[in-house]
Parts: sequence; C-alpha cells; structure tokens
Amino acid sequence: MSETALTPGIVAGRLDAPAYDENFGDLHPRLDEHEALVAADRCYFCHDAPCITACPTAIDIPLFIRQIATGTPEAAAETILEQNILGGMCARVCPTETLCEEACVREAAEGKPVLIGQLQRYATDTLMDAGTHPFSRAAPTGKHVAVVGAGPAGLACAHRLAMKGHEVTIFDGHDKPGGLNEYGIAAYKAVDSFAEREVDWLLKIGGISIETGKRLGREMTLAELAGAHDAVFLGIGLGGVNALSMDGEDKDGIRDAVDFIAELRQASDLKALPIGRDVVVIGGGMTAVDAAVQAKLLGALNVSLVYRRGRERMNASAYEQDLAASKGVRIITNAQPVAIHGNGAVREVEFEYTDDSLTPTGQTFRLAADQVFKAIGQTLDAASALPALEGRKIRVTGAGRTESNGIWAGGDCATGGDDLTVTAVAEGRDAAEDIHASLMG
Amino acid sequence: MANLETNFIGIRSPNPFWLASAPPTDKEYNVRRAFEAGWGGVVWKTLGEEGPPVVNVNGPRYGAIWGADRRLLGLNNIELITDRPLQTNLDEMTRVKRDYPDHALIASLMVPVNEDSWKSILARVIETGCDGVELNFGCPHGMSERGMGSAVGQVPEYVQQVTEWCKKHSDLPVIVKLTPNIADIRKPAQAAKDGGADAVSLINTINSITSVDLDMFSPEPMIDGKGAHGGYCGPAVKPIALNMVAEISRSPDLAGLPISGIGGVTTWRDAAEFIALGAGNVQVCTAAMTYGFKIVQEMISGLSQYLDEKGMASVDELVGRAVPNVVNWQDLNLNYISKARIDQDACIKCGRCYAACEDTSHQAISMSEDRVFEVIDAECVACNLCVNVCPVEGCITMERLPAGEVDPRTGTTVSDDYANWTTHPNNPMRCAAE
Repeated sequence: MSETALTPGIVAGRLDAPAYDENFGDLHPRLDEHEALVAADRCYFCHDAPCITACPTAIDIPLFIRQIATGTPEAAAETILEQNILGGMCARVCPTETLCEEACVREAAEGKPVLIGQLQRYATDTLMDAGTHPFSRAAPTGKHVAVVGAGPAGLACAHRLAMKGHEVTIFDGHDKPGGLNEYGIAAYKAVDSFAEREVDWLLKIGGISIETGKRLGREMTLAELAGAHDAVFLGIGLGGVNALSMDGEDKDGIRDAVDFIAELRQASDLKALPIGRDVVVIGGGMTAVDAAVQAKLLGALNVSLVYRRGRERMNASAYEQDLAASKGVRIITNAQPVAIHGNGAVREVEFEYTDDSLTPTGQTFRLAADQVFKAIGQTLDAASALPALEGRKIRVTGAGRTESNGIWAGGDCATGGDDLTVTAVAEGRDAAEDIHASLMG
Repeated sequence: MANLETNFIGIRSPNPFWLASAPPTDKEYNVRRAFEAGWGGVVWKTLGEEGPPVVNVNGPRYGAIWGADRRLLGLNNIELITDRPLQTNLDEMTRVKRDYPDHALIASLMVPVNEDSWKSILARVIETGCDGVELNFGCPHGMSERGMGSAVGQVPEYVQQVTEWCKKHSDLPVIVKLTPNIADIRKPAQAAKDGGADAVSLINTINSITSVDLDMFSPEPMIDGKGAHGGYCGPAVKPIALNMVAEISRSPDLAGLPISGIGGVTTWRDAAEFIALGAGNVQVCTAAMTYGFKIVQEMISGLSQYLDEKGMASVDELVGRAVPNVVNWQDLNLNYISKARIDQDACIKCGRCYAACEDTSHQAISMSEDRVFEVIDAECVACNLCVNVCPVEGCITMERLPAGEVDPRTGTTVSDDYANWTTHPNNPMRCAAE
C-alpha cells in the first residue's frame, strides 16, 4: 500500500500503521494514583454541591472524590455506580464541561474545574479492573420484565430491576449489546473494548439475559412482549436518521455519519478502513464532530464540518468544537447544502450562506468532496406499533410511564431530557424504580 | 536594601538565617555547600564525648506527613547525634571556620551530666575556633533514654547545673537549646538564665508518631515491624514554636534573654514572625532538608524587601516588635465587636461557610435557593470559622461595628471604650473599675 493523504478518492491505508494506534489511542489516559490524589485534593467538598445538581444521575461527587483522596477508590466507585451503573462509560463520554465541571465552583473561581470526569474514571476503572461487582440481588420476586434495547437506558433499567429481584430479558437488534456505547461513540473515547467489558461487568449482577438480533417490528412486536412479561421498558434509541432530502443524496460517497462511526468502532483493522481525501460532514452535533475528527484521524487531507446556524447554536460543546479544531477539522458555520455535484459519485457539495434564522443569502460556495457524512440528527424508528408519541418521541410522564399500561420508556426514544448517555442511564434507572413500585405495590 | 547582618550575643553573621544542628550540618562537605549557598551560620551536628561514636539505625530515620500534592508538612526523625568520630568533626570544623571567618559556626554538644565530661569536651571544641556552643538539651529520642538530651532539658536543675559548668570552663557564648516536651517552657529557660546562659534556642523537636502502618500495625518510621517515637519538626510545628518563643519573650523574669528561634521556619515570612516575637535570629532545618540549601536566597531577598517596606534599616529593629501585643486572654477588649462580611462578587458559592456555621457553630449564615450566602448579624458571634474555611482569600472578612451602632445579637450599643474580663460584671473575681 502506498496511499497517502493526497491520494484522491476513498481509499484505505492513508497512514503508516503506527499512526493509527497513536491517533485512536485513549483521548485522556487514565490518571495515575498521584495525579488522582492531586486532582482530588482540589475538591472543596461543597455543601449541597452544585456539581451533584448538574449531574443527570445526581452522583454524590464530593463524597466520591473524598473517598479517592483518602485512598479508597473502590468505595468511590460504589458511590458513583449506585447512582449510575454506567459510570465508567459516562466518565469517558459525558460532556462534563457542560454538566458537573461547568457547575464546579473552581470553574467559577479559576476557570479550572476539578477533573470530575477523569476522577470518576480513575475510581470506576480501579473497581472494574479488580473484577468485583459491589451490588447483589434482592430475593426473587417471580416477576419478569422485558427491556427492549441494550443501550445505556436499557442496561441501567435492567440492572436496577435485577437488583430488585426481578428477572430481566433484554432484546436488541444488533449483534452486540451496548447500543450507542458500542456503536455510536468515537473510538478514542472508549478504547480497549470498554463498552463490551462494561456490559460484561454489569451483567455480573445476575438475573439478566440478553437476546441479540431481535428488533421490535422485525422479530417481535410490542404486544407480544407485553403479553409475555409483567412489564416492558423501551430503550430503543433513535434508530432512524434524518435525510438531506435533496437531489443527488444517493450519489456514491454519501452516507450517514452514524454508519461510518459504527463501522469504525467495529473495524478490526483501521488501516483497511477507506476514507476520502476531501471529506465533508454536514451537521453540528456530537455525531458530526465524532465523524469529522475520526475522518481526520484516518488520514483524510481535508475535513470540513458544515453547520447551517451559528457556532453558539451547535449541539457539540465548545470542548468538542475545540477538539475538532485541534485535530485539523475546519468548522464552517451559517451554511446549508443546496446542491450535490458529481457524475455518479459526489465531487463537490454546494452550500449557501444563511443567517441564524436560516434565511438564505443567495451567496454560495462549493467544497470539493469525495466523501460526505450526513449528521443532521437521528429520529425514532416508528416502523412498528409504539405507545403514543409526542412530536417525534414516545410521550412519557413521571418516571418513564408511557400512555400504554405496563409499558415504560426512557433514553433518546422518549420525551424529556437531553439525548445524552448519562440522561439515558438516569431515565432507565428511574423507570426501573417505578416499574418495581408498580409491580410490587 | 536593609542590612541583614546580625550580631547575636556577640556572634556576627551575614544574615540571621542559621542552619540548625541536624543532618544538614553533619559534615564539612554539607556545611561548605551551605555557606556557599548563602546561609549566615551553622550549628554543627551535635558532638558527643570521645570514644566509640553512637550508632544509628540502618532502616528509615524519618517519617512524614504531607499536604496537598505531597507537600511535606511535618517531618519526624529518630536520628541520634553525630555518628562520626569526635576528632573528625573537630578537624572539619576547624577547617571550615578558618575558610569562613565571617560566618557563624556553633558547636552543639551533648555529653553525660557530669562536670568532667563537659569540661573535657569544651576544651576540645574551643580549639576549633568556633564562635560559641549550643547545649543540646532537646533531642527527645534515643539519647534521652541514656539520660541526655531532653532528659536534661526536662529538669530545670540539670539545665542550670550544666550551663554553669559550661560558663565556668569556657569563655565561649553559651546557647541552651530547649525541649518543647515540657509543660511550661519558661521554667527551663529561667534555669538556663540562672545558670548564666547567653541565650536560649527553641524549640527542639516534639515527641511524635507520624502515622501508623495499618497493615503492619506499627508506628512510622518502621524498623523491622517496630517503631519508636521520634522528634517532630517542619511547618506543622511552627505555631507551637511561636507560642513558646513568645512565652519567654513576654515573661518579665526572662526579659532580655536572647532567643534563637527554631521550629518550622520555611520562608522569610516565618523567620520575620519569629523575629517579631523576640528571636534575634532563626535556625532552619526541615525546609533545607526538603528543598535544599538554595531556599536561603528567597529568605534573604524576602526579609530584606520586608524590612525596606517597613522602613527598618536592620533586623534588630524588627526584633520583638510583636511582643507587646501578646497578652493574656483576660486583657482582650470585650467591647471590640465585629461581624462576618461576605463579598458576594468574590464568593464562588461553595457553601463551606454555611455548612461550617450551620452544623458546627451559630447558624449565622443563610443560604438561598440560588446559593447566595449571607451573614445573619443577629446570630454572628464573629468566631472567624467562616473566614478560616472559605477557600477564597479575602472573600469573607471580619469587620468591626462602629461605636454607637447596636449589635443585633445582644441589643447593646457598641462602645469604643476598652473593657476586658477583669472588670466584666459576669466575672466573680472582677476588680472595681478604676
């Protein structure tokens, strides 16, 4: 292979083998013990701490940091995991800069928050490396709950239900459990098969079986599940993707960013993964950033991320934007695609500048593109019968109760909350508590 | 630039920063490095009597406690006096003094409590040309089990007796080093004065166990599964040392007794505090052992700048400046009424002041839904705990209520008259106001 960043088209092996390892290594290596102690010492142990309020799962952050500072990271991990069973993944993927660390009083004081995310990882990694699972199951209740979707919401719900003594079966359409943790997150955020290891660790609670390759509306219906179980939890995420809805969208070289990210995550050899020389990513969220950064890391020469509104409206956090910029991604704002050019395969994408209310300006420009990733949002896959919707999501009230009796929902597929891993965990956990109360009441 | 040169009981040194008798002053090599680095004087590692030297343990000699980022706050040692032959030390001292005539060189001594032993060692030491002797009545470990060190320092009669012998058998200035492991530091200081001492130096190290190994169930430092108490020093002991220095300085009976201040001096500011409480110079050990000899450069520049800022031409002008303000509790002005004030612009809303006051004090700070913390004057007793726990320096301050204002806590009008406990109506022992 003698491909380089300059080779036109979509080709594999643009980089030397060691470059792939370097580019896709851990974004933030785990803190060593001394680093963790120094970082932990910066926590002020605030009263009624703002960071707890800012955490969707309400982890007692000052307590777990004090437990790290006093040499008991295992206890710290238990403090984290009892609120958020996927605390290990959340430590890696949470946009802490807009959650706990934004609320940290040291952010207000010095612009340098306590490294809460990295400390959380230090604690959870310590416990998981030891292979221990600190939770145990209550006496069997004889109840059986179906959980649809083995993503963060479903896993959190299943674990909490299992703790309460219920039997749980998780159904998932993919080959592997994990949902977006397994298929939808940039590789450098969860190296060494972390998503898979975390699921294995979570299942140590017992009482949970997983059936993969089973998708709602394909191998089973909601009515069947409801009939065969005492309760159903839907954590099915957003399986559909929004389309550009413009001519030429079917040209070669154009695909959904989520598919690219999933393929990359599952690839056994990144050197064999083809990538364009001139890559254009359309969108402004975390998915767009993950696709753009990884395209660059695979050796693309030019990667442009184009968003139709202003930078402050981007769903990707300022931290993610800076990460993209630091990796060499060019961020273009206030521009929306108006035409796709190319004979068979995409060659150029034409954009028109827009103001923040999306009013076209009539001024256009073209970007060379041999590969285009669409990242303009995911949508609920409503191919099969679901409980009543509100807008484009399943309507829930309280702790994930849908309009249908005996059916709960949480995570990205349900109304309420941001579409974040940590929010999905909170919703799955809280739905499990409500299911438990409902079944045992 | 202020002149840092000092004359302490007739011993001149280029600055008031001496290295205390300790591991850093055990050998010619170290002492030469110290003088080259800028130290004004050195008290040589304590010498014992002629004969086979003492032996030290072959395991750890030091234990420690740490603060954030492993900053060393307190050090404990179980090292004994010099374990090198007496003549070797004397030869080295002679060479060093010859090469550094303008620097202070003091011999620290510890021999059994009999006149011949002291007479004999003094005769040997005088030959080195050293500027004075320091009597080690302080070491709390090892040597004290053999009737020396703090075993002497804890008995005022011994202190006086040995001091008298030393004054009798030499013309050298005699500094008596005091142990803090005693109830009233003024007693051995008085004994030293009565024995004719030219000065006292304090504090020596404090009996201590730095920590316990919770796997081996042994004190640290641990030698083969066992530990012995050691002498504690470093920044952690400074408040104890400052008080002991002040107790001597403000004692009418001890007035004018020169003091060499020791105990956790780490920066120029620490040194200035000891001097303000009456020390004529300071001795340093742990800071040098932690950071090396170079720290003296910061001490010199810092003290010099401070003296300039205060318009003081020499260290002597600073000596004892704080002593008149060290008083007994009963002399404090009970009409001085202050309240905590929180600077809302500086507040970072951590809530530590609230937790401290609400849980452990006077419920004098309110917390709103949006985390605004405010002082409730009707409850605030001005205890200062909120100031102490606030992580933002200067955010919470204590401000005096002006005369004429009503203290909402007591309902009384603030007076600017001075009034203390001795005349307070609640005091059954009060004397009539004059």
